[in-house]
Amino acid sequence: MPDAAPGTAPLAGREPLVDVHAHFFHARAGRRDWEMPNRARMRAGERIGITVHIASILGTWGHTSPVYFPSPRDVSLGNDEMLAIQERDPERVRTYATVNPNDTAHALDEIARCAERGAVGVKLAASRRADDPLLDPIAAAAQRRHFPILHHIWQHRTRDWPAQDISDGADLGRLARRHPGVAFILAHIGGGGDYRHTFAAVEDIPNIFLDLSGSGVDRGMLDDAVRSVGARRLLWGSDITMDTGLAKLRALEHVAPPLDAAGMADVRWRNAARIFPAGSLPGIPLLDAKPAMAAHAR
Amino acid sequence: MIDANTFVGPYPFRYVPHPDPDALVRVLDREHIEAAWVGHLPSAFFRDPGAGNDALFDALSPYTGRLVPVPTIRPDWPHWDRALADALDRGAVAVRAYPQQWGFGSQHPALTELALSAGESGVPLILTTRFEDLRQRHPLDSAGDLPAATIRALARAGPRVRLLVTAAGRALIEEVHWGLTPDERARVWWDISWIWGPPEDELAHLLRTIGSQRFVYGSGWPLRLAQTPRANLDLLPDELRSPLAPLGDAAQIPARSA
Repeated sequence: MPDAAPGTAPLAGREPLVDVHAHFFHARAGRRDWEMPNRARMRAGERIGITVHIASILGTWGHTSPVYFPSPRDVSLGNDEMLAIQERDPERVRTYATVNPNDTAHALDEIARCAERGAVGVKLAASRRADDPLLDPIAAAAQRRHFPILHHIWQHRTRDWPAQDISDGADLGRLARRHPGVAFILAHIGGGGDYRHTFAAVEDIPNIFLDLSGSGVDRGMLDDAVRSVGARRLLWGSDITMDTGLAKLRALEHVAPPLDAAGMADVRWRNAARIFPAGSLPGIPLLDAKPAMAAHAR
Repeated sequence: MIDANTFVGPYPFRYVPHPDPDALVRVLDREHIEAAWVGHLPSAFFRDPGAGNDALFDALSPYTGRLVPVPTIRPDWPHWDRALADALDRGAVAVRAYPQQWGFGSQHPALTELALSAGESGVPLILTTRFEDLRQRHPLDSAGDLPAATIRALARAGPRVRLLVTAAGRALIEEVHWGLTPDERARVWWDISWIWGPPEDELAHLLRTIGSQRFVYGSGWPLRLAQTPRANLDLLPDELRSPLAPLGDAAQIPARSA
């Protein structure tokens, strides 16, 4: 991948680094400056040293249907735009197929269609609570393709929040227990709410992986995450604040209990290599082939 | 460089690992920060912060020159003016106030008096926009974020007022800055601890539109990772990243140290 500048090491070093939680924008998402954040993501990614951005687009980001309840038309549009970005930058970008499980047939068709075009995972936002039976066929479709599911999560859902059917770690845990052959990525432990509730809710569920993204940079959060699920179930990501992503990557070098080199590699890229389809992430070395869930144990 | 936004002491709503002066000094060493302005975190939640100020001065006394005390002055408390004078005598370079935690409205006359008195004494008044993200607050933590109206009212109070507002985001900063006259704007500084970097590049936007000299380095330690402001500076677009720290200098805010 390109360096930050000729001869300059990336800020996070040269070892592979996978961002499992990225987003892009497009022209029909209601903002004139949509290219600016896309360019900024790639600029910052080069500077940090991100090998591959695994990203999604949630429909039209609220422009013609709600962000977390996108219409079928907008779901397909967003996925098309995301796949087009991947096709323009195949060495650095991969796609989650975003679906709205309320439109079950469309969601399943969309997973199949996007898989044909090179998607590597499924993105579920907050269109339906994570433990709802409507998610079962989605999870089954993901399992058939060895796709992980990135699920938007509120850390400890103590009430409803506007504009979303929000889920928390306990909700996702019920879905994950019904589908032990699927790797679930619990989104952004720094994305709002009480992450300590999440850690307690999922520590015993080996097919749930925690993504470190989100704007939250609470001291103690990373230490607690390592302590509760171990380095083998943590994934690095940025979501919409790459500065906090870099800060957390640096802070991982100082967590207690400390991470050794193998643990850091797990968080940076090896866990992603284990749960995404083999060979689907550009620039990421292949690991020994083994069932993904076998590697989940702490 | 000074980290203008740090604390010592525990936080009432969640466990915070080792919020102690010696830990802060180690963090400053690691982050290559020369000194820190340090508040006493529990004092924000005390009705009378006097005992907290004593604890702060005692805790920081072994670290003179490295950890600079920023005591809390509650201006609706009897003899607050004596507390301010005492704090200045003991070496405070700034004072903190917490209008949200004390239930002050945006035009509270006592807060205006404090801002004016601190300004006349040549020290800035530090205001905290928030300690935690609104989405994760404890049910008992009912204080809302600091409103822009409070900051604007204080900035308009007099020409000697100096305000440092911590943990503000782009929307609040812009609402205050562009709601003040040029003279009033020059009385307000902002720390960068809660301004987002790429991909939205809000810090870059503010440095371009408002100017780097209105911003100072701040982390929010021990509540937040000390690595955050440095990471944000490291990810600025090239034209803003040279020199690395294009910010104002907190040490230049207090008139009496200029």
